Amino acid sequence: MTEGVQMIRVALPFHLRTLAKIEGAEVRLEVAAPVTAGRVLDALEARYPMLGGTIREHGTGKRRAFMRIFACEEDWSHESLDAELPEGVAAGREPLLILGAIAGG
Amino acid sequence: MSSVRVLVGTRKGAFILSADGKRTDWKVEGPFFAGWEIYHLKGSTVDPNRIYASQSSSWSGQVMQRSDDGGATWNPVDNKFAYAGVPGTHQWYDGTAHPWEFKRVWHVEPSLTDADTVFAGVEDAALFKSADGGATWEELKGLREHGTGPKWQPGAGGMCLHTVILDPSNAARMYIAISAAGAFRTDDGGKTWKAINQGLRSQYIPDPTAEVGHCVHHVAMHKARPDVLFMQKHWDVMRSDNAGDSWHEVSGNLPTDFGFVIDVHAHEPETVFVVPIKSDSEHFVPEGKLRVYRSKTGGNEWEALEKGLPQKDCYVNVLRDAMAVDSLDKCGVYFGTSGGQVYGSADGGDSWMPIVRDLPAVLSVEVQTLA
Repeated sequence: MTEGVQMIRVALPFHLRTLAKIEGAEVRLEVAAPVTAGRVLDALEARYPMLGGTIREHGTGKRRAFMRIFACEEDWSHESLDAELPEGVAAGREPLLILGAIAGG
Repeated sequence: MSSVRVLVGTRKGAFILSADGKRTDWKVEGPFFAGWEIYHLKGSTVDPNRIYASQSSSWSGQVMQRSDDGGATWNPVDNKFAYAGVPGTHQWYDGTAHPWEFKRVWHVEPSLTDADTVFAGVEDAALFKSADGGATWEELKGLREHGTGPKWQPGAGGMCLHTVILDPSNAARMYIAISAAGAFRTDDGGKTWKAINQGLRSQYIPDPTAEVGHCVHHVAMHKARPDVLFMQKHWDVMRSDNAGDSWHEVSGNLPTDFGFVIDVHAHEPETVFVVPIKSDSEHFVPEGKLRVYRSKTGGNEWEALEKGLPQKDCYVNVLRDAMAVDSLDKCGVYFGTSGGQVYGSADGGDSWMPIVRDLPAVLSVEVQTLA
């Protein structure tokens, strides 16, 4: 388990980077250990309030159906948002990938 | 010299079309919010530089945007649309009970007196209000709690509140319409609501004259005569002369009375425009001809307007919020199609020209007349 405050890398889909006026492919966020997807999203939405409701729903906090989460080449979409992320993401070696599902046009 | 700004929402972004009062040479700006569905955007009459936009996608849900400089720049505002209390159920397509779930904002309606106040009609049907420029939204729950909510059902596009009309002569009165529930009116600023569907007849529901369940597609009013309403229902073009208390059919000689849009001339309260669509099974214009129909008699007697519009091999639709009129003299009329064309008329519908031909499918058209 990684301890302390970690610098986490997050890769967002094009439309969310545009919405939040983010330049560059990744965002770096400080997240307190244990690093979970929920904590990463908390930090992301705190810095970019306009992303609230776009990855997980307002109210329920559930991941939106067409949004996917990958960590260290594993599909993390169906894991609990409270589950600790792989060490590679928690240590900042790998980005947490947030992707839109391939669906529709 | 006056000018106009046409606000166009499409399946893949928003566009702003602008011209001087002659309305012959157009500047096209956009796409704004490229790749997102823009169901609607509309400017404030109090401050025309204030524009609100509904931005959404299946992936990332609802975003609300606001511009304070006429659409040159935009900033996201609050996107939390939380139903008040436990929202309960409405009918699903098969008649079973289905929980109320927020999906998107279909229509934004800025206040006539305060640029920071704006209403939002949403799917699943409810009406929200912001009094702080979109920083927060609160449901006007009296509508959803009208008591008939469990009988409301979605139309093909979802159970959407798509029409919001503010009475310019009475700040406490407004009208809304829902597919498929019908039209409702409040006379106390949104606290309580009355279903105003008497006279509507819909063969596709068990009781064709039921209090609710009608698939109202759009309603229009002339601001100088706010008790007169015109309605394009799923089938039938209707008119009310008593603020919606009762309706009578004015389809008259239309080739088909199915359609989505309806609007009223800016200076002639008895002049009404519709775009007949072949049927509820074939959502395109009849005979491959794009024709706007105009009545100068408040309905029943309609004339086809086709000058400048394609009269062969045309199979587009015109959706419910995709027509608007400006207030110049002569009145300008604008509409957008599922084929991505936006047509304009600078002479009250007598002749038309394409302002732009190849946008994504058009969802909404609004126009601002600027001094």
